[in-house]
Amino acid sequence: MTRITVNVDGTSYTDDVEPRTLLVHYLREQLGKTGTVVGCDTSNCGACTVHLDGRSVKSCSVLAVQADGHEVTTIEGLATNGELHPVQRAFHENHGLQCGFCTPGMIMQSIDLLAENPDPTDDEVRLGLEGNMCRCTGYQNIVKSVRAAAGGAK
Amino acid sequence: MTAVEERPAAELGSPRLRKEDQRLITGRTRWTDNITLPGMHHLAMVRSPFAHARITGIDTGAAKSASGVVTVLTGADLKDEQGALPNAWAIIPEQKAPEHPSIAVEHVAFAGEIVAVVVARTAAEARDAADLVDVDYEELPVALDLKAAAADEVLAHPDLGTNVSAFWEFDSAAADTGGDVEAAISAARDGGVLIEREYRQQRLIPAFMEPRSIAADPTGEQLTVWSATQVPHFVKIFLALVLGIPEHKIRVIAPDVGGGFGGKLQFTPEEVLTVLAARRTGKPCKYTETRSESLVAAHHGRDQWQKITLAATKDGTVTGLKVDLVADMGAYLGLVTSAIPILGAFMYNGIYKFPAYHLSCTNVFTNKAWTDAYRGAGRPEATFAIERVMDELAAELGMDPIAVREKNWIKHDEFPFTTVSGMQYDSGNYEAATAKAKELFGYDELRKEQQQRRESVDPVQLGIGVSTFTEMCGLAPSRWLGSMGYVGGGWEHASIRMLPTGKVEVITGTSPHGQGHETAWSQIVADRLGVAFDDVEVLHGDTQIAARGLDSYGSRSLTVGGMAVLAAADKVLEKAKPIAAELMEASVDDLEFVDGKFGVKGTDTSMALGDLAFAVFQGHKLSAESEHSLDADATFDPLDFSFPHGTHLCAVEVDTETGRSTIRSYVCVDDVGKVVNPLIVEGQVHGGIAQGIAQALFEEGVYDESGTLVTGSFVDYLVPTAADLPAFVTDRTETPSTTNELGVKGVGEAGTIASTPAVVNAVVDALRSFGVNDVEMPCTPHRVWSTLQGRAADTPAAPHSAQSTSMSQEGQA
Repeated sequence: MTRITVNVDGTSYTDDVEPRTLLVHYLREQLGKTGTVVGCDTSNCGACTVHLDGRSVKSCSVLAVQADGHEVTTIEGLATNGELHPVQRAFHENHGLQCGFCTPGMIMQSIDLLAENPDPTDDEVRLGLEGNMCRCTGYQNIVKSVRAAAGGAK
Repeated sequence: MTAVEERPAAELGSPRLRKEDQRLITGRTRWTDNITLPGMHHLAMVRSPFAHARITGIDTGAAKSASGVVTVLTGADLKDEQGALPNAWAIIPEQKAPEHPSIAVEHVAFAGEIVAVVVARTAAEARDAADLVDVDYEELPVALDLKAAAADEVLAHPDLGTNVSAFWEFDSAAADTGGDVEAAISAARDGGVLIEREYRQQRLIPAFMEPRSIAADPTGEQLTVWSATQVPHFVKIFLALVLGIPEHKIRVIAPDVGGGFGGKLQFTPEEVLTVLAARRTGKPCKYTETRSESLVAAHHGRDQWQKITLAATKDGTVTGLKVDLVADMGAYLGLVTSAIPILGAFMYNGIYKFPAYHLSCTNVFTNKAWTDAYRGAGRPEATFAIERVMDELAAELGMDPIAVREKNWIKHDEFPFTTVSGMQYDSGNYEAATAKAKELFGYDELRKEQQQRRESVDPVQLGIGVSTFTEMCGLAPSRWLGSMGYVGGGWEHASIRMLPTGKVEVITGTSPHGQGHETAWSQIVADRLGVAFDDVEVLHGDTQIAARGLDSYGSRSLTVGGMAVLAAADKVLEKAKPIAAELMEASVDDLEFVDGKFGVKGTDTSMALGDLAFAVFQGHKLSAESEHSLDADATFDPLDFSFPHGTHLCAVEVDTETGRSTIRSYVCVDDVGKVVNPLIVEGQVHGGIAQGIAQALFEEGVYDESGTLVTGSFVDYLVPTAADLPAFVTDRTETPSTTNELGVKGVGEAGTIASTPAVVNAVVDALRSFGVNDVEMPCTPHRVWSTLQGRAADTPAAPHSAQSTSMSQEGQA
């Protein structure tokens, strides 16, 4: 067991974890952050995407011990004082989700994408979300959501 | 309640934002895998790595002594209590099928079949211990190639004596719905046109994003089972029938479910084994599959060979259609495995007025994961075949593919129309949808550009693909299902509870998993009862709350379940009216219901439904005979299917030097009848098109020569990403259905059914000037390039699909 201290969604946690524990399992099983989900075993689907010190990572591809001393934001930590993050709102307003399983990862990746490129074209959004799979929407309204969030941020 | 119709239809047709979204965008979700109960055990499955083998020994000793392991269960432990997994649809009385155990006892018939279950304190400990289970196998010869299997060269189940499960046929002459197809073919040979083609429907994997998960809690008086399923009501009844648990001792909950696409229309080995583990240990147990397990062992879809013979006169009038199918069941029959090709059997004639039709279908076992429902279920296969072959007819005659369709399709003033397969199409306007699609697409301009590129021998050729589809949706009339050999019904149920504060609870027997029923059903009820959209709560997916229902699949939820909701709302008003009359001291005949209020005609006296609900709750002013409730239950069983349709047009650029196909534009005009929520409809169309394009260009479940699924992860099974897909232009025409009062038709499967042939027709059209008349799906760059080089697509990863070149004659006499 290894002791780690991680700040997740504004709360500091000190825990003993097995060194092999993936960040996503630590979040879900030890912290109860079940908003972040697991969709595959091969880091293809991106459903588990969270922010590590403000940059998106697939939490299935990060060990919990690697998050020691760092700050993690999950989908559950995005809204502030009950106010949705603009990207969350944009996904709702543009029907950017159906079953919603990919949505936490999709939103976290979209925020990262917009931080890097505040005014992306459709193609840039599509390329920026290439690591996040959705089976329901055909991506059209996801692209629309991200573009709308970009417009709103101007 | 004629007064209701006088209200402005504020909600129906409105693009309401979804109620479901709030919890999904904030991570406040209840996926089955999120459920953790005190003392819960976790399961891991040990699965056979061999496609066909005899189990000669299982050593669980090391696993049982590993840290945290509670028990390890094998087939020997469970054989007397596991029962057999059901097939609910014998397409013929003589249908053959092997016994289908949840856990193999002595014999495994596909790679991925469960041979042991590890029950441990944590999921990690369970998985660690699963690696310690030592299973000895004696390998057996594998039946993999579908046509070879149909010829019984190697038996998938030696005890069965054959691989053929069933032979089914439809003949329009025998059914008296049309003429004799052999006569039409003879006539075409003699001075007409005969198009003979064989198409491959490759194996697909539904690949819903949420892996399947089950939690079973045996600690209460009722066994509670949570499952990531489309069909909680099915799971409840089959747990009772298969395991002998009294039905009233079972509660099944489908909490938030992350997609299904038919892939979660199943009663699974994992559900049975999780329940058995919970029963054995007396503790809550949970199993969540890995993605690889999901791809290997959750059911697959499609996997057919289709031999198509189309007879026509030289002016392009089709005179007969003959279809011979060989369908891969995989190793077992799941819930509706056997019926999937038959669900397409009535749709090969598409939107056309064909005078003669014959279909035969041979269902065949192989040593692969079993197939079952996947979005469209039989109808994408049918639509692909007819829409591909109509293009071939056009090419043969030098006609425009839309013109040849128009020559044969049912005109808008000919509905209702009984087709050659005996289906009565309710309504449609193929002319209008096609005209609109052509205009949005810029059809004539693109044809000109195509001509220029052909003439200049541009290395990037342009192809235009047409698909004018229809489908039968809204499973289904119970009487039809019964006549086809299905054991269940097709009705749907709804309840409405009028709460004292005027809020409304709607309970639906459908089980949404992404479709937005909470929003759409709220719209229906808000309109009918004149209450606010936000005052309606839609409850579903828990058999203790939604006690009756037949769940969600087959584009049935709105056309059947939505109608049940409407009927329940009408019953609420029927119950409320005499009570309102009593309370307002008026005659029932003098009441009208407008904008959510019962008013006395010609006066200012009125009472809102909410006030009535409160008065009923109090009961102070009700007579002793009155029922102190406005709540109502209703069921709906449609008279017939509904038949949405649409015209999909796709432009593909094919780089003839690399074989790469790129979709340049995609336009569709769908007609799904009346629309409750256009936002949701559009989303369904987008997602459907994406899955259809995926079949055309990307996805294929591939087995190697030993029966190992080589596309067993998302590295190899190519679900398209945002970067792989174009933007779609979607539009609608609106021809109301005549089989339900809402005038609605299903939309969940439409896009998937329509888009695959549109894309493949475009790819083939781009290559037509090179003498190409087919590219096998998925049309990968390698396949396209190989086709252009004038040799068969050499796909080393898929030897079984390239082995056979001719249809087996097995069972086709």
